[in-house]
Amino acid sequence: MNNFSNRIYVIGGIFVLVVIIFMIKLFNLQIVDDSYKLSAENNSQRQVTQYPARGLIYDRNGELLVYNQAVYDVMIIPRQVKVFDTLDFCTLLGIEKLDAIQRLKKAKNYSYRRASVFLKQLSSEKYAVLQEKLYKFPGFFVQPRTLRKYPRQSAAHALGYLNEVNNKEIKADSYYSQGDYIGKSGIELTYEKDLRGEKGKKIYWVDVYNRIKGSYRDGKFDKQPISGKDLVSTLDINLQEYGELLMQNKKGGIVALEPSTGEILAKISSPGYDPEMLVGRVMSKNYRALVQNDSLKPLFDRTLMAQYPPGSIFKMVNALIGLQEKVINPFTRFECHSGYHVGSFTMGCHAHVSPLDLRSSIMHSCNAYYANTFRYIVESPKFGSVNNGYDVWRNHVMSFGLGERLGTDLPNELRGGIPTLKYYLKKYRRKNLRALNMISISIGQGELLITPLQMANMCAAIANRGHYYTPHIVKTIGKEKGIDEKFTTKHETSIDSSYFSSVIDGMEMVVTGGAGSTGGLAAVPGIRVCGKTGTVQNAHVKDHSVFVAFAPRENPKIAILVYVENGVWGSRYGAPIAGLMIEKYIRGEISDGKRWIEKRMIEADLINQSEEK
Amino acid sequence: MTRRVSLIKNLDWWTILLYALLVFLGWINIYAAVYNEEHQSIFDISQRYGKQLMWIGAAAVLAIVILIVESKFYSAFAYPTYIFMLILLVAVLVLGRDIKGAKSWFELGPIRFQPAEFAKFATCLAISRYVTQYNFKIHKIKSLFISGLILFTPMALIVLQGDAGSALVYSVFLLVLYREGLSGIVLFLAFIAALLFVFTLLWPKFTVLLIIVCTSLIVSKAYGLKWSAFVKAITMLGVGFALVWLVAKGLKVDVSNYLILVISLGICAVPFLVHTYKNKLKSVAWAIFIVFGSIFYTFSVGYIFENILEVHQRTRINELLGIESDPYGAGYNVAQSKIAIGSGGFSGKGFLNGTQTKFKFVPEQSTDFIFCTVGEEWGFLGSSFVLLLLLTLILRLLFLAERQRSAFSRVYGYGVACILFFHLAINVGMTIGLAPVIGIPLPFFSYGGSSLWSFTILLFIFLRLDANRLELLR
Repeated sequence: MNNFSNRIYVIGGIFVLVVIIFMIKLFNLQIVDDSYKLSAENNSQRQVTQYPARGLIYDRNGELLVYNQAVYDVMIIPRQVKVFDTLDFCTLLGIEKLDAIQRLKKAKNYSYRRASVFLKQLSSEKYAVLQEKLYKFPGFFVQPRTLRKYPRQSAAHALGYLNEVNNKEIKADSYYSQGDYIGKSGIELTYEKDLRGEKGKKIYWVDVYNRIKGSYRDGKFDKQPISGKDLVSTLDINLQEYGELLMQNKKGGIVALEPSTGEILAKISSPGYDPEMLVGRVMSKNYRALVQNDSLKPLFDRTLMAQYPPGSIFKMVNALIGLQEKVINPFTRFECHSGYHVGSFTMGCHAHVSPLDLRSSIMHSCNAYYANTFRYIVESPKFGSVNNGYDVWRNHVMSFGLGERLGTDLPNELRGGIPTLKYYLKKYRRKNLRALNMISISIGQGELLITPLQMANMCAAIANRGHYYTPHIVKTIGKEKGIDEKFTTKHETSIDSSYFSSVIDGMEMVVTGGAGSTGGLAAVPGIRVCGKTGTVQNAHVKDHSVFVAFAPRENPKIAILVYVENGVWGSRYGAPIAGLMIEKYIRGEISDGKRWIEKRMIEADLINQSEEK
Repeated sequence: MTRRVSLIKNLDWWTILLYALLVFLGWINIYAAVYNEEHQSIFDISQRYGKQLMWIGAAAVLAIVILIVESKFYSAFAYPTYIFMLILLVAVLVLGRDIKGAKSWFELGPIRFQPAEFAKFATCLAISRYVTQYNFKIHKIKSLFISGLILFTPMALIVLQGDAGSALVYSVFLLVLYREGLSGIVLFLAFIAALLFVFTLLWPKFTVLLIIVCTSLIVSKAYGLKWSAFVKAITMLGVGFALVWLVAKGLKVDVSNYLILVISLGICAVPFLVHTYKNKLKSVAWAIFIVFGSIFYTFSVGYIFENILEVHQRTRINELLGIESDPYGAGYNVAQSKIAIGSGGFSGKGFLNGTQTKFKFVPEQSTDFIFCTVGEEWGFLGSSFVLLLLLTLILRLLFLAERQRSAFSRVYGYGVACILFFHLAINVGMTIGLAPVIGIPLPFFSYGGSSLWSFTILLFIFLRLDANRLELLR
């Protein structure tokens, strides 16, 4: 018909060619290339993390110390937000309109499509009201979370606190993701892995707006969260609270141990803080206040991190080493004329009868006796030199768990310090040490540094007549798992148990010896308390008042250290507080005859009235 | 009565069968795309598939009406229909409603109506009428100008509405004109222009120019340029380039290689032109013309691309060519569409089991991206089947067009086939990442009354004409 009619083949050819190209591309997309199938899976499934309940913490008598309280984070997906009644919304949440606008802006800056936290930690009361009206506010939803709650508001240092994980922690352990909470101190930190449990997951089908469309394959691949394990702490919360009461308005610490197990019965660092302060929305504000604005450093755990010279309570260790090395015996007497004098060197002592034997030297806390004993030890000819003698002495000291970390289950424990031979040689620039160079450590002064926990442990070792168990604060973990083996292993000191009785005699006399005894206020009627005072001399401020004790004398149930900074004499605060703690623990209450001591201790205020020496 | 019987006998039932099948498959896929467990009744007119069912019913009525009308009517009223549609296109600019940035919809109560869709068949009628007029000569400037005017007027109005995609459809009439005798060179040039457009965006200007020069030299050689002249030309160009480069260096002017090449080409062109004029070498003159034409063209492509196209059009082209990649931004639709189709595999996930489309990952999934649902739920088998079905229909239309006695019917038939093809190519092409994202529907498949009706009208007018194929229309 038309001379161009064969152009149908050109046009038809183009059509066929394009469809063939499309089919090749489809073949490639749908059959050859697998990556699109994977993308499709990721596109439409969403894993939602199910948070487990964190383990609870009880005290040794089953008293609840820490539990979880449900709070609700209000989440937002800006993309889904529509016009809503801001006034109503702000009233429900209890925030200002300007604040709400700012939070909205912040969420938008973070992501337009992804959910972020709009308002943290809404209480369950507010949540209940909000929930009813949530349908009016598209784009907002609520995510349950838990916060720690403390019924007894005590033992803050021991329990520790939680906070959001930081990037370093996320990198170190893939379990955590942004926004998770992690133990930052105390038991919460050490037992984080037991307490946290295991996160679960739920897989949902979601559409492009992230809206949940149903469970993925009827929950076949879901994982239930596993709750954290409950812990039973070794603390006796009544004793703990009582100790905190006695220590109010004082700086210092108390550590009470059960000698037969090494369990920590009470651990007070004063001043402390209410554990509720570091929970929830108020946390960051309070944390800053506690760290920056409080010169008393309430977050600082003095029982583990303060390193003090022990003072006279160290004399028992020296006596025991002397007995073990047979340089003295219980009946060895040394002269004391208001101190220890060698040539021009003098180390003072207070007035008491002279000479004294071992028992009385403890009772009177005679400095000269221990200067002599120490010299006898290190200068003993059997060691060949003072250098060797000092090393022998140091090893004996360290067998009491001093100068090294004990390895307790609380974080941030410090090691204290027993000076090494090398240190002294360097200090005095000598090849051979002389006993007088370091004579002050014989009475627990000088370079000697010991933490309160170590002092209490030293006392427990004496109470046990020569051995101790590493102090620890957790008794049982969950239902099956016991505590770490290292806490049930007996550590022997290098002193034979036979040498202890005379030293313990002396310690009993400290409390009950009548005239001249230094720790009379620690006495508890009907209980044989053995103790020792210490008065730690300070250069510029008042001396520290120290007291160690254990009771009863046979089968001791408690070994205790009380350290009151600037409390002047060990007898003034250390001894009475230790006596009250012992009575409280063994009897459960304070006898009427000692009420006046209790009152005086509670009322004593060394912080607001502390003055220069 | 006999007339009625002959109409039924003369109708091309194969085409009607293909049409019905496509509309049915389209509806099934719309159902799957918007499927929602809360609304399971297929007649629920609050849902798109319910509505589409209404549109389909209306389309059937429309088809019957079109078939009843005398076929002479269509040629006789081609121009009035065209003018009427132009008036509507102008009116929508004033009275229309703005939807997604395009002012291309009339709203009459619950019914929305898009005149651009209906302008297609009107233009098709008008061009068919004009091309078959006795005084039309394809290579006369006046004839070309007027047919160009017939095409460009609705195109321009649609662009003004903000619907550049629908406007592009009219470019396919180039194929129709080709069938009616337009030189193949025009098609070839159009192809080259498209290629150059892509190259200009993909490669540096210098590379593109070098390709142009080399290609024209090789083509000139193939068209009988002597070896000596060929070598001379290359030498001149090389020396010219080196000289200009040295001068530029000497004057310490910072000029790009591109500019140096353009300048040296300009210098060389003078003796070349003199030479070709003396020896009457038409092919060389053409080559020179093409080279300079191309330089001008590539320059204007860059200009148009940067200054006239809108940002979203630019990014869509950039996405397609792989210059930009932003699967969560501008490239989101195509990325999601490819995921949906790719995840279908060989035989698909099954009816209503597509997760990507069901959960609304693919935007516009019942309209412009309906092919995703096909690809995901029916896989390679289903999508190929749909493609082949459409291709069969289009080829069938070409076959029908060729058997017309009347030129008007033939041109119109080609027009219908080409419009359907353009929609197929662009729509499916964009869902699989072979064409830029241009929002035009897949014929008979995409949701929407306007598009379904416009394709139905387009097709059934041709079927009506075909039923009278033995008559000669004037």
